[in-house]
Amino acid sequence: MTGFDWIALAEFSAIGLLSGGLLALVALGFVLIYKGTGVINFAMGEFMMLGAYFLYTAHVMWGLPLWMALPATLAAVALCAALVERAILRPLSGQPVISVLMATIGLASALHGGVDAIWGGRNYEMPQLLPRKPLFIGDVMIPGQVLWSFVLAAVVIVLFTLYFRRSRTGVAMRAAASDPVTAYVLGIDVRAMQRLTWIYAGLVGAMAGMIVASMTSLSPALGGAALGVLAVIILGGLDSIAGAIVAGLIVGLLESLTAGYLGGKVRDIVPYVVVLVILLVRPYGLFGTRQIERL
Amino acid sequence: MRIHDFRESYVHDEALWPTRVQRAWLVAVLVALAAFPLVGGGYLVGLMCVLGIHVIAAAGLNIMTGGAGLISLGHAAFMGVGCYTAAWLAQRGVPFVVTLPAAGLMAAALGVVVGLPSLRIKGLYLAVATLAMQFLLVYVFREWESVTGGVKGVNVPPASLFGLELNTDARMAWLIGGCAEVMLIGARNLFRTRVGRAFTAIRDKDISAEVLGIHLLHYKLMAFAIGAFYAGVAGALLGYFYRAMTPEYFTLQLSIFYLAAIIVGGLGSTLGTILGAVFMTLVPELLRGGVAFAAQWTPRATEILSPIQQVVFGLLIIGFLVFEPHGLVEVWRRIRRFFHLWPFRS
Amino acid sequence: MSTTTALPLAPAAGLAPDATEAPGEATPVLRAEGVYLGFGGIQALAGVSLDVMPGEITAVIGPNGAGKTSLFNTLSGFYRPQRGRILLDGRDLTGVRPDRRAALGLARTFQNVALFRGLSVLDNIKLGGHTRLNANPLTALWYRGPAQREEVALRREIERDVIDFLEIDHIRHLPVAGLAYGLQKRVELARALAMRPKVLMLDEPVAGMNREETEDMARFILDIQEERGITVLLIEHDMGLVMDISHHVVVLNFGQVIGQGTPAQVRANPEVVRAYLGDEATRRAVK
Repeated sequence: MTGFDWIALAEFSAIGLLSGGLLALVALGFVLIYKGTGVINFAMGEFMMLGAYFLYTAHVMWGLPLWMALPATLAAVALCAALVERAILRPLSGQPVISVLMATIGLASALHGGVDAIWGGRNYEMPQLLPRKPLFIGDVMIPGQVLWSFVLAAVVIVLFTLYFRRSRTGVAMRAAASDPVTAYVLGIDVRAMQRLTWIYAGLVGAMAGMIVASMTSLSPALGGAALGVLAVIILGGLDSIAGAIVAGLIVGLLESLTAGYLGGKVRDIVPYVVVLVILLVRPYGLFGTRQIERL
Repeated sequence: MRIHDFRESYVHDEALWPTRVQRAWLVAVLVALAAFPLVGGGYLVGLMCVLGIHVIAAAGLNIMTGGAGLISLGHAAFMGVGCYTAAWLAQRGVPFVVTLPAAGLMAAALGVVVGLPSLRIKGLYLAVATLAMQFLLVYVFREWESVTGGVKGVNVPPASLFGLELNTDARMAWLIGGCAEVMLIGARNLFRTRVGRAFTAIRDKDISAEVLGIHLLHYKLMAFAIGAFYAGVAGALLGYFYRAMTPEYFTLQLSIFYLAAIIVGGLGSTLGTILGAVFMTLVPELLRGGVAFAAQWTPRATEILSPIQQVVFGLLIIGFLVFEPHGLVEVWRRIRRFFHLWPFRS
Repeated sequence: MSTTTALPLAPAAGLAPDATEAPGEATPVLRAEGVYLGFGGIQALAGVSLDVMPGEITAVIGPNGAGKTSLFNTLSGFYRPQRGRILLDGRDLTGVRPDRRAALGLARTFQNVALFRGLSVLDNIKLGGHTRLNANPLTALWYRGPAQREEVALRREIERDVIDFLEIDHIRHLPVAGLAYGLQKRVELARALAMRPKVLMLDEPVAGMNREETEDMARFILDIQEERGITVLLIEHDMGLVMDISHHVVVLNFGQVIGQGTPAQVRANPEVVRAYLGDEATRRAVK
């Protein structure tokens, strides 16, 4: 009788933790918008789509070299995010939660349909963005793309954390998020901070989208992938970046282990089971701030 | 112009259609609805059936979300439960008069379960919980093959009422129309009593509601149960209409469809439910017609019908939220207010 | 004006709504016993004991942050005291949820008017009668029959006892959202009255009102207490109102009772004067 397959466990675990990096990155986008504007952005997956499709257009369809295509893509997505904030979120500020929620749902639908209509629904092959060469730790094989996606996600997250702690704009953004009226009185342009929040979230989503598409394939189905990230932000706490990181790793690990041992179909519902369990047991997540109502 | 509108008793003041003109309109509409299946073409009568089902489902959501403020992204899942319950029972020979309420009750039971988290969470968090439920239930629909037929779906034998088999569109239209009327009036009645008032109180300021003696969890679960009941009935009628159903019908997209319908129509208003359902049913039909028309010049047009529908759908939701947040019913009320004093200036 | 006409509506649980203690009875209808309430590092209430005698108007006064609203929230059941207990008619309310306390006869208004914006004035007031109605989803959906009967009976009762009394008949069908502030506060009072309470807790009933509105409100409160025998407990900053209409005044500061008694006694209490009525202007208003 062969012993327990430790190699498989190690591989699943490693892949799980590492792919959690990408989950954390997308979760960061959600958390940024929630912290900054109090909205859950259901169109996050569509920002991912935009990043991937814009890159494909710039690099593959128009033939721009990567060092031009990447910044162009990011700029385009930033523009879209700013437009969304100006045209949709700004008029709705102060409206009840359901309205803004539905607005992001409507946005997701419109973007999804738009991409599908313009580029068509077939699968495209994205250029390879990350090195494929696997890493071997003993007998354990870690695919190169997964490893590098983690590294990239980690770098971006660390940069953002430093930005919010140290830079003037970062601190201003946190102030505007925490208490818009006081921030306004102190001379912070709260509107610009909110627009910046959306731009950053869009950029983060676009980066994640590009990476995911290059690892799998480019199709409109990319848009639906972000809903699974809801598990990460609920587990971590809707307004906590640290929570997004930790929860991303945990959910990534859970998903990988489930996929490995129970199959792909069960893996698809893991995020939703996690969401329900967390909401019943500890609704504000691991690191979220408890909402207190003033009587 | 509203004249001679004197209310001489409290019963009169609280009536649903207090003026004679309103009652006349009501009778006219009912007569038109009853006559339509006789004169309308097959396609339109089928559309009327689908519309009626949409109205019932939207009414349930408007009670839960528009009335009690509980955002639900899982309404389609409740419909699926109703549909599969009715199908399972009907395949075993249970008569229609039993399967329909059973479908509603089954969905209502699930509604209570889904609503339990509202003890601890509300608003966005509750919405996310309903979203998770929606995905989990679709998974169950796909995998529980012994009951739901899995991905292949179920077949539903025709409904039979008082010995008459409802196997034509016209007969289904009368059935669905009748159900829709009854359930709409029921929804409206709900808000004339303490139950509906309690829902609105919970929606607006649940702490004040508690101080007035409203047990929050009890009423939130009630809202979930009633809303889910409506969805279950709508789902069952759907099954009897199409005679076959697959899990792919009851997805998140359908839940969002109903949310859009009540927002476009007007949250918390029965007329809003009707207007929203009509609007959301007609828009895809108009689009289909438009695209078929455009296909004369651009053959690729039909390919992109589905994505175009999504774009229009999304833009409509955003458009209404930004420009007319109270929905079509507010437009209607403006027109009515204008005519209250016409031809005299207001 | 007596309110004992027989109605199909259930009276507030326990005593019939208009039963009052005979004057001179020493049992308080509402009592706080040694209540300690703290949040993290803040001690909102530090050993508060007070008795509210039936059929009287009792006022709770004190500077901002003294713990007055915390006291009300504890009485309502939103906060659970770490120590001490609340008694309503001798019944220990520990662990009794806010909605249950309403059914037992405790009604309350809020500092920031807490009306339901989605409803009309009439519907808001009808909500006061919630615990006395019996409609469930089935009877409500059908409406004809028991649900309709109790709705009409409630309507009749509210029109006669509350709307006429508070002179708000001209606005009864209007949505509350557009009403003037003074009228909104009156509607909230109407809603609390519709509960046929034993004890009516008013949190700053005349805050933000001008002279005329304040006098109207004072008249209503006095009528409520005198004609209906409802016990009133109120928080107020308007010293003129408090001294004019209260039978008993309790002074809070830093979560403790620093003095209580009749208005005259409190006015003369040096502790109170020092802590609260310190300056010349307030002392003049109080005279």
